Amino acid sequence: MRIARFNIAQNNIELDPVNLELIDPLIRKYNGKKGNMIPLLQGTQEIYGYLPRMAFEKISTETGLNLSEMFGVATFYSQFRLKPVGKHIIKVCHGTACHVQNAKEISEALEEALKIRDGETTEDRFYTLESVACLGCCSLAPVMMVRDQTYGKLTGNEATKIVKNIRITESN
Amino acid sequence: MTTTTVTVGLGSCGIAAGAGKTYEKIKAMKETEKLDFNLKKTSCIGMCYREPLVEIRDESGTYIYGDVTEGRAIEVIEKHINQKDPIRDYIVYSDLFDAPENNFLDSQVKIVLRNCGYMDPESIEEYEAREGYKAIGKIATRKIARMEVIQTILDSGIRGRGGGGFPTGLKWKFANANKSAEKYVICNADEGDPGAFMDRSVLEGDPHSVLEGMIIAAYAIEATQGVIYCRAEYPLAIKRLNIALKQARDKGYLGKNIFGIDGFDFDIYIKEGAGAFVCGEETALIASVEGERGMPRKRPPFPAASGLWKKPTNINNVETFANIPWIIMNGAAAFAAYGTEKSKGTKVFALAGKVSHSGLVEVPMGMTIRDVIFKLGGGIKKDKKFKAVQMGGPSGGCIPEYLADTIVDYDSVNATGAIMGSGGMVVMDETTCMVDVAKFFLDFTRKESCGKCTFCRMGTMRMLEILERITDGKGVEGDLEKLEELAYQIKDNSLCGLGQTAPNPVLTTIKYFRDEYEAHIFHKKCPAKVCRPLLTYTVDQEKCTGCLVCLKNCPVKAITGERKQPHFINQDICTQCGVCFSKCKFESIVLS
Repeated sequence: MRIARFNIAQNNIELDPVNLELIDPLIRKYNGKKGNMIPLLQGTQEIYGYLPRMAFEKISTETGLNLSEMFGVATFYSQFRLKPVGKHIIKVCHGTACHVQNAKEISEALEEALKIRDGETTEDRFYTLESVACLGCCSLAPVMMVRDQTYGKLTGNEATKIVKNIRITESN
Repeated sequence: MTTTTVTVGLGSCGIAAGAGKTYEKIKAMKETEKLDFNLKKTSCIGMCYREPLVEIRDESGTYIYGDVTEGRAIEVIEKHINQKDPIRDYIVYSDLFDAPENNFLDSQVKIVLRNCGYMDPESIEEYEAREGYKAIGKIATRKIARMEVIQTILDSGIRGRGGGGFPTGLKWKFANANKSAEKYVICNADEGDPGAFMDRSVLEGDPHSVLEGMIIAAYAIEATQGVIYCRAEYPLAIKRLNIALKQARDKGYLGKNIFGIDGFDFDIYIKEGAGAFVCGEETALIASVEGERGMPRKRPPFPAASGLWKKPTNINNVETFANIPWIIMNGAAAFAAYGTEKSKGTKVFALAGKVSHSGLVEVPMGMTIRDVIFKLGGGIKKDKKFKAVQMGGPSGGCIPEYLADTIVDYDSVNATGAIMGSGGMVVMDETTCMVDVAKFFLDFTRKESCGKCTFCRMGTMRMLEILERITDGKGVEGDLEKLEELAYQIKDNSLCGLGQTAPNPVLTTIKYFRDEYEAHIFHKKCPAKVCRPLLTYTVDQEKCTGCLVCLKNCPVKAITGERKQPHFINQDICTQCGVCFSKCKFESIVLS
């Protein structure tokens, strides 16, 4: 049931215009194969960064997969997103080791610095802030991951600094 | 020809600590200065707390350097390679003298991790040089019958390393007995337990041993297709598995008539998980491979009879598969020589939390938990007091200090109320609040409950509400009894392992730390000073320098005071948000 995402209403799914032709090769590759639903959604998300509503509809009409079942799968797994994300995703680890070493402080500091809440995207669509279950770098707890780079042994201040620096270096 | 080899550990945690830069630096030095040594990559050796690690092996012996950042790398190469003068201060392990971490590696028994950190995981030749693919080779050349392989696994006494502890040989026997033209072998690499990372390390450090284990299983049960169900959060593991699969196919270790065994056709593909803890459960995992929501099914029929696509299927964990080639090569008796009466062999543990040496250790079953934490783990960070150890993640429980002499074996750990689980060991000290820990795990299982069984779906929610109430200082008499009642209801009325074990963290903490719960409920105090609503924040008038930082940052303006004068917190306004505590640079905010 994944109660955490219970509140997603249908009309919250973005209707951003996207180039639907991008997923044609993907559909050709998986059409008719058994067990294809998750790979199709994963591939789509890789292309757009999230699952646009239009893509759902296109996949459904072309492969015959049931729209409601696809939506069911997409909301079940934590990997799938129904909203566009920022250019970079900040993944703050909230595994057990990070939790007992105050991962909460990292999330709170970032929420304050970026003025968004957990799961939200900054207005300029630069950052999306996310809590994740475990990044598997428990020895460096507390950790976060930005741009596939893991930062360990953080404090709230350090995390904020790193995030600010990335924005500065990229805007130059 | 040089005999000196420099090896850099490039596992996920090493890379996070900066090993990639260290490797590039050494490579650049080797090229520009035309230095004479072999530069190699390897994966995690388990000593995560000293990453990045660089091993130098020369005529004289082996030296492992710890904390080798870019800057230190220059120094190490300069001194050790050019001047033949090892820097003793940076060496953490050596076979020549008593280095600080010798004990860490020497007191382990490495079966699963036999190759991790000792070879390049992206080279099939190096794996072969370390007896790789010799186990399946032995089966083929000596024409060992399927039932004989299964008997060896049964005799070794190995039990499922994913947490359940079901005898692996028995699983294979059932899968073998169900005849079908199509059968599957699945490797469960959906390591969702927060705080456990041994499967990731094995996949990153020694992917071929897992493939070989799967090939042997496929031979034993006559499987035609293999699937590795791996977490998408482990990109490096997936990359290295893909390399390993290609190499194995090129060598003919996967494909048709493998190892010349007539009619033994077998191949493996990787299925990336999409992030759902419940998919660690066998039947949910199968549903997920089939492309559906990962919801468990009723058993029987067991997967051995009707699994993936309704065909007989055998599912084992990464660590279990990694053991198999070793057992075939060395015999069941050699494996069974380690361990206790009912738990044979070794177990890999991921040590994390408030322990000095967090990392990966492999110990024989039967070692006490205390020895794992103090002898290998180096005790508690900052010499704080050891309070409890959490084993088994969200399905496990907290074992208190006074039971730390419990030995590591399935049945002894179960007797405490925790479970062996996949091997996460999160160590907690006096600054960890046990109610908060129970709440943390329950919040996790509540989010991860698939929703199929009412008791698991709603029960975990209700339990979490009570725990939140307690940590908010609104606990009432009878809450503990209510928690216990709900816990047993959930355990009895859930279909799969997730629900049946979800209340364990709460039950064990109530059992061993009831006083802490009572302090929250009746005295409105959090002894570990973690639950903010129960804390009082005051300013230490001696230490306060009057810098105004807390005052400016207080969101509710509860702090007053002049510059260079000690500040004061108005308790009527304070909302216990903790901002002043984290902002103060002089540790002058006191919690009580």
